[in-house]
Amino acid sequence: MKTELVLELPNDVRSISHAVDYVMQRCSACCEHARKLDLNFRVGLTEALSNAMLYGNAGDSAKRVRVEILVAGSEITARVTDEGAGFDPDQVPDPTTPQNVVKSGGRGIFLMRALLDEVTFNDQGNSVTLVLRLEGGDTPDEVTGEAQA
Amino acid sequence: MAFQVTKSDDVTVVAVEGQLIVGNRQELKQTVLEELENGERKFVVDFDQTGYIDSSGLGVLVSLSKKIREKGGELRLASLNEDLRTLFELTKLDTLFKIADSRAEALQGL
Repeated sequence: MKTELVLELPNDVRSISHAVDYVMQRCSACCEHARKLDLNFRVGLTEALSNAMLYGNAGDSAKRVRVEILVAGSEITARVTDEGAGFDPDQVPDPTTPQNVVKSGGRGIFLMRALLDEVTFNDQGNSVTLVLRLEGGDTPDEVTGEAQA
Repeated sequence: MAFQVTKSDDVTVVAVEGQLIVGNRQELKQTVLEELENGERKFVVDFDQTGYIDSSGLGVLVSLSKKIREKGGELRLASLNEDLRTLFELTKLDTLFKIADSRAEALQGL
């Protein structure tokens, strides 16, 4: 995967909003499909970062989360990697069942899978790759640059 | 982002400005629980000025709703935009909450 934008984030949930806003700003500058980008991609990236910090890195402030963004053609890809031991995403229960909908947690991965075109985890389970395909076949310009948050 | 608390008769209205996400969910939870401890039982969370809610924000609403019901009260949601409604529908939380189109509608009959 050719990476066009890289962020190295501290393991602090307060950094999520700023990081997502920054990525969205960079992506929206070259994409016309505002709603799918603003809702689907924002949700997916936010949830991936939350999971990485809260569960992957288990809130350890000494750890970091790496975000890699690629915009190529009509496809936006985000890879979020934490420094944790990983987990099995197939063991996460469906949060929409009657017994689970009343629970306060467990919706992050569900939302990612519902709103992104592809959600894949590496074998270790500490890195998730999100793919959003924009409709209409328009070709946005590529996002370029590298930043340290 | 901030939470504005106002009273409408015996209803506590909390307006969420900006986002309700993992970074500020505890602030909302603390705000509502303090009102609950002070004896308030009827709540409306107004999302008219809210751009985005993440799963942690959804979770804190579920948690607050449960705590309010346990005290014999009720929590209603108001003014969700199209994107926010989509999130509630996807997660089926629209079946768990009473969702009104506006603050005024939420206050009716509460």
